[in-house]
Amino acid sequence: MTNIIRQGAVGMGMGRVGIELKQFFRDRESAVFNFLLPMILLVIFGSVFGGQDLGDSGITFSQYFVAGMIASGIVYTSFQNLAISIPMEREDGTLKRLQGTPMPPAAFFIGKIGMVSVAYIAQVTILIAVGVFFFDIDMPTTSFAIFTFIWISILGLIAFTLLGIAYSVVPKQGRGAAALVSPVVLVLQFTSGVFFVFTDLPQWMQSFASLFPLKWLAQGMRSVFLPESAAAMEVNGSWELGLTAIVLVVWIALGALLATLFFRWVPRGEN
Amino acid sequence: MAKEDAVHAEGLVKEFGDVKALDGLDLVVPRGQVVGLLGPNGSGKTTTVRILATLLKPTKGIAYVNGFNVEKQADQVRHSIGLTGQYAAVDEFLTGRENLRMFGDLYHLAPPYVKQRSQELIEWFDLIEAADRPAKTYSGGMRRRLDLASSLIAKPSILFLDEPTTGLDPRSRLGMWGVIESLVAEGTTVLLTTQYLEEADKLADDIVVIDHGRVIAHGTAEELKDQIGGDRIEVTVTDLERIHDAQTALAPVFGGESIVNDSMVSGPVSGGSTVLVDVVRLLDSQNITIADLALRRPTLDDVFLSLTGHGAVDENPEKAVSRTRKGRNQS
Repeated sequence: MTNIIRQGAVGMGMGRVGIELKQFFRDRESAVFNFLLPMILLVIFGSVFGGQDLGDSGITFSQYFVAGMIASGIVYTSFQNLAISIPMEREDGTLKRLQGTPMPPAAFFIGKIGMVSVAYIAQVTILIAVGVFFFDIDMPTTSFAIFTFIWISILGLIAFTLLGIAYSVVPKQGRGAAALVSPVVLVLQFTSGVFFVFTDLPQWMQSFASLFPLKWLAQGMRSVFLPESAAAMEVNGSWELGLTAIVLVVWIALGALLATLFFRWVPRGEN
Repeated sequence: MAKEDAVHAEGLVKEFGDVKALDGLDLVVPRGQVVGLLGPNGSGKTTTVRILATLLKPTKGIAYVNGFNVEKQADQVRHSIGLTGQYAAVDEFLTGRENLRMFGDLYHLAPPYVKQRSQELIEWFDLIEAADRPAKTYSGGMRRRLDLASSLIAKPSILFLDEPTTGLDPRSRLGMWGVIESLVAEGTTVLLTTQYLEEADKLADDIVVIDHGRVIAHGTAEELKDQIGGDRIEVTVTDLERIHDAQTALAPVFGGESIVNDSMVSGPVSGGSTVLVDVVRLLDSQNITIADLALRRPTLDDVFLSLTGHGAVDENPEKAVSRTRKGRNQS
């Protein structure tokens, strides 16, 4: 057996990232729906409302919206992407096939996390480029803001990747998975201050959204892209970064628990 | 000895809640042989394969594959086997070559070896022109070939083929059979599950018939056919409405054992071709016209029917009809 090279889960998982990315970008529906959508929305909303200022804050709608779109991008590339693609892979037998190889199961998940991360980095780069060139978005300048951007992105990606893996048991079939996933994403977006200014929403809607991680991601991204003075427009007059970290970590723990309990390699009914 | 056989399973039981998918199944596949696992849907074929492939733990019983315990040495088992599922699980967005490379990685193979082995398989499986196209452009037959090629990347000595030709057109099926035969000629051990009796008849050295999670018969195709006795006659009448009259008229020839299927009545006979004359005379006396008449050896279909009380694909009447037609052509 001279041709065998022993690879650990991490090494093999890293090797899978390239494969996963090919699948992600070659699937045209996925590339549009999970990757390009934030750019498309930014162009549409930016063109319609972009120049308007929010109240007398001196902040343009585009500046507010780009933060929400980056937060949404995390949800698209991780949660929406995985919760739709995993049921398809499960239904067509690809997962069962992988399970039958000597691949350590962790390698599969490492591959997914790597794919999601690379896709997100590419997405954010394009999103910011579009924002800067077409809608005069101001870039964060302080190292504190950049640091915040990095840790919020990482925690958000981990949380929504785990939740996407867990939610992938909900659609019974690959076909129609999108119909069970995108409403969840849309409701979260509408209630979490992505499309509207969060504090303009009814109180009950704000309370509802505060239970879920997207609201905190969007708020964290606003702390990165809006001037310090804009903190006064937030619910408690501050960015609440400490609380954001706590909420995201709790959701990571919950996502990890749900994903381990419920993930399936084969469709239901086929034990 | 249990560990010398390619596959050795004893007393496998698998319960899913209240349902007993396997109920004390014993199975031996000697090295270098092709064993066909035959049974209707839900008889436990796929469950058996999944336990042997380490994808499922048995509730009770013990199984060795390539001498390794499927529960305790799952990793070694996975290195020893190739597994091809019921449907071709190739990745649509990857090209044929990328699919092969991906499996090479999953089997921990060194990249230069994978490259060379992929090329070998691409040539052997007649996928040269399609190798660099995404698999979603492939036909059903090409996908199956790619699927099988993927499971051969690590040159496994044991191959589990779970219904490898289900859903293929006849030409692609013949192609798959050719590939499987040449693998066997090279010394690969094969455990094949199938609903197509013809397939088991053609490929398998030894056939194990299972139903309700137990082995109900075991032997070569010829031995199984001998079990249910001698020749059979099949008569097809032109007027469907008179099929039961025909059955009644032929009672002296068939005894009580005739079966009606659509416009065909069949049953066991003794006495060879002279009985054909009797059949014609009996039906003629009732003014029943014959569309087709054949004397033939029992097929595995008949074996199946007599063992299980139902056909191999009993839930699909369309298939049942095409099966009987095939059976007649074989005579």
